[in-house]
Amino acid sequence: MNAPEKIAAEDALVVAGKPYRSRLLVGTGKYRDFDETRRAIEASGAEIVTVAIRRTNIGQNPGEPSLLEVLPPSRYTILPNTAGCYTADDAVRTLRLARELLDGHALVKLEVLGDAQSLYPNMPETLAAAKTLVAEGFEVMAYCSDDPIMAKQLEEIGCVAVMPLASLIGSGMGILNPWNLQIIIDRVKVPVLVDAGIGTASDASIAMELGCDGVLMNTAIAKAREPVRMARAMKLAVDAGREAFLAGRMPKKPYEASPSSPQSGLITATRKTG
Amino acid sequence: MSAPIRVVLNGAPREFPDPLTVSQLLDELALAGRRLAVERNGEIVPRSRFGEARLADGDRIEVVIAVGGG
Repeated sequence: MNAPEKIAAEDALVVAGKPYRSRLLVGTGKYRDFDETRRAIEASGAEIVTVAIRRTNIGQNPGEPSLLEVLPPSRYTILPNTAGCYTADDAVRTLRLARELLDGHALVKLEVLGDAQSLYPNMPETLAAAKTLVAEGFEVMAYCSDDPIMAKQLEEIGCVAVMPLASLIGSGMGILNPWNLQIIIDRVKVPVLVDAGIGTASDASIAMELGCDGVLMNTAIAKAREPVRMARAMKLAVDAGREAFLAGRMPKKPYEASPSSPQSGLITATRKTG
Repeated sequence: MSAPIRVVLNGAPREFPDPLTVSQLLDELALAGRRLAVERNGEIVPRSRFGEARLADGDRIEVVIAVGGG
C-alpha cells in the first residue's frame, strides 16, 4: 500500500455508518452522453453519485441504455435526489419512488427548492420533508442554506449529513461565505458537505481546508471544456484540501516576514551598524 | 364484457381496451424488465405486486427511472 492509499484508508468519510474513501461526490447531469458521464465519474474517483428521478419517456427509444447500466449500483452508491421538487410532499413522493427503484436503498439527497431563478433551498419545506423521511427510515443528506441554525435543526431531526450551498446551484461562483460554513462545521456533528457553487479546483480545496467533510458537485465537472480532466483535477483538489486541513496550516503573520534560508553564513560583508 | 379504462399515465391521458395489471401495462409499453418504479394515485406499487395490481378507470399512474442529475 503506498502512502496516499494508506492515508485514504485511515481517513474515511463516514456517512450513516458506512465508510467511503472518496470525499468527492458527483452528479451525473449535463454530460454530452453516457460515455462521457462514465469516464468523468471514473476519473473523479467518486463512490457516491447522485441521480435524478424522472418520468420515463413512454413509447420512445425502448432499447436505449439506462443510466444505471452505465453506473451500476453494485459499483457506486447511488444517491437519488429530489431536484426539481418545490414542496415537501413532492420530495417525499420522489424519494419513496427512488427507494423502490433502488431495491430499498435508504441513502438519499433531499433538496426542496424555493424558486426556479435562484434554486435556493426552501428551508421550511426541507425541514418538513426531512422529518417525514427520517421517520420512514431514510438516511437523509440535506441540501440547505448556509444558515447554521438551519443546519443544526436538520441534524436534530436526524439527517445523516448537511450540505450547505457554497453559492447558487450551477453558478460556479465558488465559496461566497466561508465564515458561515465555518460556523456550521464547528457546530454540527454529522458530516458537512459543500453542495453547489463549486467552479474550479481551488474552490474544492478551500472547502476542504475549511474542514468540510466532503464536496458534492456536478456542473463544475460536466461543463468544463474537458470534463474528464476536470474530474481528475477535482479529485486532486479534494485530496489536497483534506490533507492540508489535517496537516494544519501555518499561522498567518500579516505584519512579519520570516526568511526561510539561514541568516548566518552570508558571504556578503557584515553591514556596519551605527 | 369489460369496459375500456382511461388512466393518466405520466401526466398524459391514455386508454386501454380492457382492464390490466401493472405487469401488463409495462409489457404494453415495452418497459418490462427495466429498472423503474411505479406509483398509482400517489402510492408506491411494489415490484412484487406488479402481477396482481390492477389498474382502475381514472387512476393516475407514474412510471419513473433514474436519469442524470446533480
